[in-house]
Amino acid sequence: MSSDFVAAVITGAILAGMPLLFAALGETVSEQAGVLNIGLEGMMLFGAYGGFVVANWSGSSWLGFVGALVAGMAVSLLMVVFCVYMGRDQIVVGIAILLSIEGLTSLLHNVQYGQSYPRLDAVPTIPIPGLSKIPVIGPSIFDQPLIFYIGIALIFVVGWVLNKTNLGLNIRAAGWKPVALDNAGVDVLRIRTIAVLTTGALAGLGGGYMGIVTAGIFVPFMTGGMGFIAIVVAMLARGRPVWVLIGSLLFGIALSIATALQLVGVQVSTDLINMLPFVVVILALALFARQSYLPAALALPFERGKR
Amino acid sequence: MHEAVSVDTPTQQPIWRRWVKGFWRHAAPVAYGLVAGGVLLLILGKNPISFYWTTIESGLFTWGGLMQTIIRLAPLLLMSAGFIVAFQAGLWNIGGDGQFLMAAALVGGLGAWMVGAMPYWLALVLLCLIGFAVGGAWTVVPSVLKAYYGMNEIITSLMMAYLGINLANYLIKGPFLTDVGFVPQTNVIPFEFLLPYLPGSSIHFGIVIALVALALVHYMQTRTGYGLRLRILGANPRAARHAGISVKRDIITAFGLSGALIGLAAAVEVLGVWGYVRADWNPAFGMTLFAIVFLAGLNVMVVIPFVFFFAVIQIGGHEAAREAGLPNDFLLLLVGLILFFMVLTEWARVKSALAKKLKRSGAGVAAGADEAVVDE
Repeated sequence: MSSDFVAAVITGAILAGMPLLFAALGETVSEQAGVLNIGLEGMMLFGAYGGFVVANWSGSSWLGFVGALVAGMAVSLLMVVFCVYMGRDQIVVGIAILLSIEGLTSLLHNVQYGQSYPRLDAVPTIPIPGLSKIPVIGPSIFDQPLIFYIGIALIFVVGWVLNKTNLGLNIRAAGWKPVALDNAGVDVLRIRTIAVLTTGALAGLGGGYMGIVTAGIFVPFMTGGMGFIAIVVAMLARGRPVWVLIGSLLFGIALSIATALQLVGVQVSTDLINMLPFVVVILALALFARQSYLPAALALPFERGKR
Repeated sequence: MHEAVSVDTPTQQPIWRRWVKGFWRHAAPVAYGLVAGGVLLLILGKNPISFYWTTIESGLFTWGGLMQTIIRLAPLLLMSAGFIVAFQAGLWNIGGDGQFLMAAALVGGLGAWMVGAMPYWLALVLLCLIGFAVGGAWTVVPSVLKAYYGMNEIITSLMMAYLGINLANYLIKGPFLTDVGFVPQTNVIPFEFLLPYLPGSSIHFGIVIALVALALVHYMQTRTGYGLRLRILGANPRAARHAGISVKRDIITAFGLSGALIGLAAAVEVLGVWGYVRADWNPAFGMTLFAIVFLAGLNVMVVIPFVFFFAVIQIGGHEAAREAGLPNDFLLLLVGLILFFMVLTEWARVKSALAKKLKRSGAGVAAGADEAVVDE
C-alpha cells in the first residue's frame, strides 16, 4: 500500500462521495416526510447544469453554488405541485422529471456550448492549519474547498433539525403517520413542501459539486445514476444523517478505488468494483432484514379526510 | 394507487361515443405535450411542423421507417407486458433495465456458441428461454425480501438494477468478450441465424412473440383465477391475506413473471436486431415504459397504441432531430412533457369525477376515494 494509492483513494472517494452526500442528505429529509424522490437524479443534473452556467458566467464558484441550489429547488417545485398538492404517483412524476431534465440540459448544453467547451478554474481550497500537514491523509482530507466543510456541517444541521426540533418532528410525522400530524393541527402538505424543497436544494448542491468542483465542466447525463445511488444510501441510513456520511464515503471509495488501483499498476474491472457496494447492501438486507426500514407513509399521497 | 374514475354510466351512451371519448381522453395529453414541444422548437428557431412531419414520415409513412418502428415495438411491448403483470399485483418493479441487461448479456454471450453447437431453431428457442429465466431470476432478491420481510421493492429492485447493469458489463468485457477485434462486445451471432423475418418484410419474428405474450397477459388478467388473485393482491394486500390467498407465493411468482417477460424482451432484441451485445449498451427503455404503462391504467388496449406512438417518436424523431440539427436527447424532453400532461389530465379527470360524485350524493363525504393501502 503505497502512500500515493491511499491518497488517491481518499481524494477520489471525497470527490465522488460529496455529491452523493448532499443528495442523500436531501433524500433523507424527503423520505422522512413521506415523499420518495425518484426524480432526485433530475434535480442533481439540473443543479450541475445551473451551477456550471452561473459559475461560468460570473466567474465565481460561490454564485455557482447558489445557482445550483436554486436550480435544484426549481425542479423540486414540480414534485411539490404534482405529488404533494395534486397527489399524483411519485414514481411516475419522478420519471417524468428525470426524462425532461435529461433532455432539457442536453438541449441547452448543445445550444449554448455546442461549439466552445468552457472549463471552470479549480475551486480555491482552504487548508485546515495543522491537520492538513499530516502526511498522506492531511492534504487529501483537510485541504478542501469551503463547500466541502459546509457539506460536513450540514450533516449535523440536518441531524439536529430532524431529531431535536419541532420542524423535524413534524417532518417525521408526515412520513410515518400523516393523519396524526393532521389531527394535531399541522398542515401535512406544507411540511412535505418544506421537506421536498430542502431536498431539491441539497440535491442541486450535490449536482453543483459535481459540475463545479469535481469536473469543472458540464456534460449531458454527467450525474450518471448518482441520484439513484443517493436514494439507496438514504434508505440505508434510515433517517440518520451520520450514516449518510458513512454510506456516501463507502460508495465514494468503491467508485474511485478501481482508478486508484490502476494508478499503482493493478488492473481490476471497474464494473466488478462498482458492484461491491450493492452486493454488500443486498447481503446486509438479506441477513438483517427484520422490519421495514422506511417510513410507513412513504410514496403515499396525503389527502385530508380521505380514509 | 389508481382512482376509480368510471363515473360515466355506460348504458346511456352509444358505444361509438364512448370510444371517441376514450380515444380523446388518452390522445389529448399527447397532443398537449407535442404542442408544448412545438413551442420549445419555435423558441429554438426550428420549424415544429416540419419536425413533427419528418418524425411521422420517417417513423410511420415510409415502408422502411414503419418496419423499424415495428421492430422496435417488439421489445417495448414485451417489457410493457412485464410491467403490467407486476403493477397489477401492486409491485413497483422499477429495476426493469437491470433485468433487461442481465438477460441481454447472457443471451448475447451464449448466442454465438449455441447456434453453432445445435440446430439453430433449437438454439433460438433455448436462448429465448434463457432470457426469460435470467430476467425472472433477477427479481428473486426484491420479491423474497418483499414477500417475507415487507421490504419496499422500489428500492431493492433499483439496487438490483444497478448491480445488474454493472454485472452485465463485467460479463461482456470478461468471460463473454469476443475473440475477434478490439471492440468490447460479445461474439457475433451470424446474420443467417438471427430470428427469422416475417414473409415479405425485414421485420423479425419478435413482434409476434410480443403480441402473443400481451394477449396471454391480458387473458391471464381478465379470465383466470391467478389474474384475479393478483388484482386482489394489488388492490388490497390485507384483504388478499384474509381471503386466504397465499400472498408470499403470488408476490414471488408475479414479480418473477414480470422480470421474465422483460428478459424475453432483451432476448428478442438481441436475437432479432443485433446478434451481439456491446459493453455499456443500455437502451434504458425501462423508465419510460414504467411511466407509460402506469398512465395507461395497465390496460393492454391502451398500452399498445401508447407504446406504438413511443416507438414512432424514437425511430422517426431520431431522423427529425438529425435534420433539425438538434441532439437526439430532445426526444427525452418531448416524452417527459407528454408524461407531465398525462399526469395533469389524469388529475383533472379525478377532480371532476369527484366533484360530480359529491354533487350527486349531496353529502360532503368523499366516500368513493380509494383506500390508502399501507403494507405493514
